Amino acid sequence: MSIEEPVNKKDIFLRKIIPSQNLGDFIFERLTLFFTVLVFLLVILMGYEMYQGSRLSIEKFGWNFLVNSTWDPVQEIYGALPIIYGTVVSASLALLISFPLSIGVAIFLAELAPSWLEKPLSFLVELLAGIPSVIYGLWGIFVLVPWIRNEVEPFLSDRLGFLPFFQGAPYGFGMLAAVLILSIMVLPIISSISRDILRSVPQSQREAAIALGATKWQATKIVLKDAKSGILGATMLGLGRAVGETMAVTMVIGNRAQISASLFDPSYTMASVIANEFSEATSDMYLSALIELALVLFVITIVINALAKLLVWSMEKKWKTS
Amino acid sequence: MKIRTIIAAIFLALSVSSIANAQLQLNGAGATFPYVIYSKWFDEYKNVTGVQFNYQSIGSGGGIKQVIEGTVDFGATDGPMTDQQLADTKRKQGTDILHIPTVMGAVVVCYNLSSVGKGLNLDDETLADIFLGKITKWNDEAIKKLNPRMNLPDRAIVVAHRSDGSGTTFIFTDYLVKVSKEWETKVGKGTSVNWPVGLGGKGNEGVAGLVKQMEGSIGYVELAYAVQNIIPYANMKNKAGNFVEATFNSVSAAAEGASKNMPEDLRVSITDAPGKDSYPISGFTWLLVYQNMKDEAKATALVKFLQWAMGKGQSFASGLYYAPLPKQVVKLCEKKISLVTANGKKIK
Repeated sequence: MSIEEPVNKKDIFLRKIIPSQNLGDFIFERLTLFFTVLVFLLVILMGYEMYQGSRLSIEKFGWNFLVNSTWDPVQEIYGALPIIYGTVVSASLALLISFPLSIGVAIFLAELAPSWLEKPLSFLVELLAGIPSVIYGLWGIFVLVPWIRNEVEPFLSDRLGFLPFFQGAPYGFGMLAAVLILSIMVLPIISSISRDILRSVPQSQREAAIALGATKWQATKIVLKDAKSGILGATMLGLGRAVGETMAVTMVIGNRAQISASLFDPSYTMASVIANEFSEATSDMYLSALIELALVLFVITIVINALAKLLVWSMEKKWKTS
Repeated sequence: MKIRTIIAAIFLALSVSSIANAQLQLNGAGATFPYVIYSKWFDEYKNVTGVQFNYQSIGSGGGIKQVIEGTVDFGATDGPMTDQQLADTKRKQGTDILHIPTVMGAVVVCYNLSSVGKGLNLDDETLADIFLGKITKWNDEAIKKLNPRMNLPDRAIVVAHRSDGSGTTFIFTDYLVKVSKEWETKVGKGTSVNWPVGLGGKGNEGVAGLVKQMEGSIGYVELAYAVQNIIPYANMKNKAGNFVEATFNSVSAAAEGASKNMPEDLRVSITDAPGKDSYPISGFTWLLVYQNMKDEAKATALVKFLQWAMGKGQSFASGLYYAPLPKQVVKLCEKKISLVTANGKKIK
């Protein structure tokens, strides 16, 4: 009897707080909630820590940190404008190149490819996403950069040299190399997520379109229209990757904090500066400026990811109602 | 039964290794440049004495930070600690820091000019002007004057420098600050500086990669790296007016030249050192040791190790492309090492 009693008590106790639920469900629900909150708290804690770490620099430079363009660790003057510029420009241009390519790949894989071709192709595209970025960087140094220096840049300055974007000495290392390598790295992310999104558009949409006499292209257009916000979300994730990429970019971009219209000129990105200078940053102000750079990068990445999540969420809601 | 035996074996192995771990272990962190010889030393020393060193090559900046915070038993750096940092350590840890030079490294000016090949001569002023962006062509009068017999092309100079913070950059800019007023006011010295011109490469391999790929480029790397990878580098004109090739001997000669008026705390830069054979762009790398340690066993082990490093340890240096310390400097170091105490008591 003494064994049964506590069990009964426990049952009554549980029934009081969770009348209609099974105990396993209850624990499962709370546990997942706990982890979700944990992740949320972690993000807040990271932001707070970075703010704390960069207080020294924020107090000294204020907004000048964002608009000043001298980055001088010796004089302890830190202005991040050229570095922010380099990050934003390299990531956006990379997206400009990889977006149409990725969508093309996604449409082919989801809509057109026969299944014997689709499987190995999808595998290869996903494989691209799994290559470590230092490998991309090495490939960039030994293959991409010499090609850009010897073929691409002379060609561009010959034909389009009147534009400010294609002027200056052809080093090979510079913004152009960074943009190309980033677009290759971003492509598998956008294309594989877009492919999944295209696939999740109900088959009835395609069937209805074709039944009404639409061509394959017209049917695909309808599918694309349904999937557009999801594809936008995928693109935002790709942009997030491009903004945060460190190793491959620093190996080919030339690492020079300057704002220049020419794609041939070297540039710099936030993630690269942090990775390059953090280990030898000895003074408190230097460290603080680097942490503030991280904070700026963190905010930019959060904004991008939040936009992506918002878009994906709005798309899902639309499906539910339709 | 079989599984049990395996588990038993694993436990046995674990307990044996934990016994080994229970032995004395000293933790250190800092410079990446001397990492190769330090890990060799720690390995050799462990074989002889069983004392285990755990060294993390996180960079000089990180090493100094950890020494100030007292999270390591010793630190390592390529550029000496500043007075401010020493004062911080004194305030937080209640003890002075001793700088013990361990080995030397040199920085060489490497270049890529197929019409010249090896043996380019450069002097202090020309080098500074190239890195300031004032000399932009290889057939500039200043370079021609130093290399009258060479076929210098009418080619733009592409400057390559380190993009990551490093002791190599510190030694190189320390030299330029000493020899050029303009460099001192415009750029200054540090582990990272605001370069007036040029492309940045990550690590020695990054700079070497830039230089190797681009005809007409010039950069700077560690001597060891240039020797191992067979990259041509320039002979530098020293204070005595001779053009000197960087070798272990010419680096040691620089330390000898500088050792005559070494400051008491051994925080000294030996760039642009006097002496007719001295290579001008070289520097020490230091271990940072607390003058008074709290743990007597650790203090004793560290002192014994440092004495070993000054003696037998030096013989490993040149095999690993570091320049060994000259005898006078070793003597100064041994004197410093004897100052280490444990809770105020001398180490026997």
